[in-house]
Amino acid sequence: MTTTIESPDLIEPEEPGGPAGHGPETHGHDGGHAEHGPSGLLKWLTSTDHKVIGKSYMITSLVTFFISGAMALVIRAQLSNPTSSLVNFQTYNELFTMHGSLMLYLFAGPFAFGGLANYIVPLQVGAPDMAYPRLNALSYWLYLGGTSVMTLSFVVAGGAASFGWVAYAPLSNSINSPGAGTDMWLMSLGLTGFSAIFTGVNLVATIFYLRAPGMTMFRVPIFSWNMLVTGILILIAFPVLFGAVVMLFCDRHFGTHIYSVQGGGVPVLWQHLFWFFGHPEVYILALPYFGIVTDIIPVFSRKPLFGYRGMVFATLSIAALSTGVWAHHMFTTGVVLLPFFSLLSYLIAVPTGIKFFNWIGTMWGGQLSFQTPMLFSMGFLFAFLMGGVTGVLLASPPVDFMTHDTYFVVAHFHQVLIGTTVFAGFAGFYFWYPKMFGRMLNERLGKIHFWLLFIGFWVTFVPQYVVGLKGMPRRIADYLTANGWTGLNQISTVGAMIIGFSFLFFFVNLVQSWRKPVPAGDNPWDGGALEWFTSSPPPHHNFTHLPPIRSERPVWDYNHPEHRKDESHGDKRHREHEGETVGANS
Amino acid sequence: MRVNGLILTVIGIFFGIIAIFYWFTAYEEAGFLMLIGSALLGLLPGGYYLWWSSRMTPLEGDMPDATVSDGAGVIDAFPGSSIWPFLLGMGAMFATLTFIFGLWLAPIAAALGLSAIIGAVVESRRGGSV
Repeated sequence: MTTTIESPDLIEPEEPGGPAGHGPETHGHDGGHAEHGPSGLLKWLTSTDHKVIGKSYMITSLVTFFISGAMALVIRAQLSNPTSSLVNFQTYNELFTMHGSLMLYLFAGPFAFGGLANYIVPLQVGAPDMAYPRLNALSYWLYLGGTSVMTLSFVVAGGAASFGWVAYAPLSNSINSPGAGTDMWLMSLGLTGFSAIFTGVNLVATIFYLRAPGMTMFRVPIFSWNMLVTGILILIAFPVLFGAVVMLFCDRHFGTHIYSVQGGGVPVLWQHLFWFFGHPEVYILALPYFGIVTDIIPVFSRKPLFGYRGMVFATLSIAALSTGVWAHHMFTTGVVLLPFFSLLSYLIAVPTGIKFFNWIGTMWGGQLSFQTPMLFSMGFLFAFLMGGVTGVLLASPPVDFMTHDTYFVVAHFHQVLIGTTVFAGFAGFYFWYPKMFGRMLNERLGKIHFWLLFIGFWVTFVPQYVVGLKGMPRRIADYLTANGWTGLNQISTVGAMIIGFSFLFFFVNLVQSWRKPVPAGDNPWDGGALEWFTSSPPPHHNFTHLPPIRSERPVWDYNHPEHRKDESHGDKRHREHEGETVGANS
Repeated sequence: MRVNGLILTVIGIFFGIIAIFYWFTAYEEAGFLMLIGSALLGLLPGGYYLWWSSRMTPLEGDMPDATVSDGAGVIDAFPGSSIWPFLLGMGAMFATLTFIFGLWLAPIAAALGLSAIIGAVVESRRGGSV
């Protein structure tokens, strides 16, 4: 409950002797700095340390991921046969609604900007913590509150929300969707919305103000850059969602008619507001994962990133454009300006293409090694390419009129979202797990996890494109044998089960790393960003020492002075006295 | 700070252009207002940063040749631990549930929320300042 003011010389002047105290003896506890305050459960409840909060976020969001993944398996089992009766129609509607809501609102975003970013961004920019540690803690508790409210809506009378994750008016009004489940869904969005806004504020402030000396904006690693842009997008998008949700709640309970025609309202206004949030949300989900991959590929190509500035500007352009394309989700309403939204949607392909070009350019001629994080990054590239190309197709209004609300769209956004949140997300998890816990994950199990996931992913979603083009609408609980969709759906279900099965290897891997830990060392991958300089796990306020920061790869420069591009700065003489470099143990 | 100000300002200008273009092609209020809001979100802080970037002492993080010793001194006050965010978060959760399940939950929400706000303020006054 006390507020401790950290001593002014937390980040000490660099010593010629190198970072003392970086060694195996610091593993397993929080380094040399005495941590004041409570322990055990109370420590978890009261912690304002970004690393503890980041881990809490990750655990909570992974739990929601597995809950809603299990829902997806039930959905696929239901669809594996025509006129199946595994679950009834109402339950089916609740399942796909909650699958989408949990995945999008409570897993994909929070895992990135609450979990990985919370943990990694202060380390990458050389900060002792997030800019507002207590606000950071509040974000987590609001998020946990929102997650609990949404998950518990299954047990109230009337069941959970059942109108799809987009909650279109008038389906979501009090006549069509009565019951507390819908209200809990709305309130959960309110809570998690504020949680996200606070995290966005924190990320922007941390990256703007708490960069270490010499860490100019154009030396910040791309992951942190992307989190900065994500933070700005959060600040644009989530307030709109909150406003929309509050107005819907007022329509349901307080007699307003904002979204109802009877009272002079406009139902399509919900779609405008929702998608003004919803499309930036897609990039709030995607940009952090682009950043993860952009940090991983250079490490496993043993080359600097190709086109650093191009990456930054591509990210900024994607973010700016993404806010001007909301109504491409509404082409079929007939009340939006098709050329405007179609053109802007096409334009997003350009910066995304630049990113692909730079990822490939980074790998080109590099000494590639395919450890698990790199494999998952490759999986991301393939999955996101397919999802992105079908997205360009959908930006064309004639194609969209044909395929709107079919399984083609379902396959498209699952390829985009699984490509980013699952492939790139787990790439980041495998990549930074040694930093977070000071122990390695097993490579063989990781690779089995990857290959099963990769195979299952394609087997699941390629048939969905085909079945969508054959006319199968999304969100239906059954279909007829005469439709001719059975075979493709069965293939898709088999693929989904393979995806589910692949995560067993992930669990085994986690358990094994806790039962038989393999110490990771400070820098197991020979990474170049600042997080690899401190111990694994980092001490209470992250750094006891800092290397000189003269490029976007300060740790690489420090560990490999012979490869340093900028020879002008005066630290090289220190290296000659030291002999062994710190952390370069692979 | 200059780069940060430029980023936000350019984003704001972009949204401004898009908003004007959108209004004169679509004549649709909701999207227009949201785009104007986004433009202001970029322009207000962006303009503030640009204004200050030439007048303030540069941050160590913005100096390309700063050494670690330039950043020596107080970074900021970082609270070690605090129970109040937890109580405030739970208070907010109960407040939202009050809207759904009735006023009987309001006292719990108010007790948690108010104690958290008072506690956090007192905590900051007691030891949080640099």
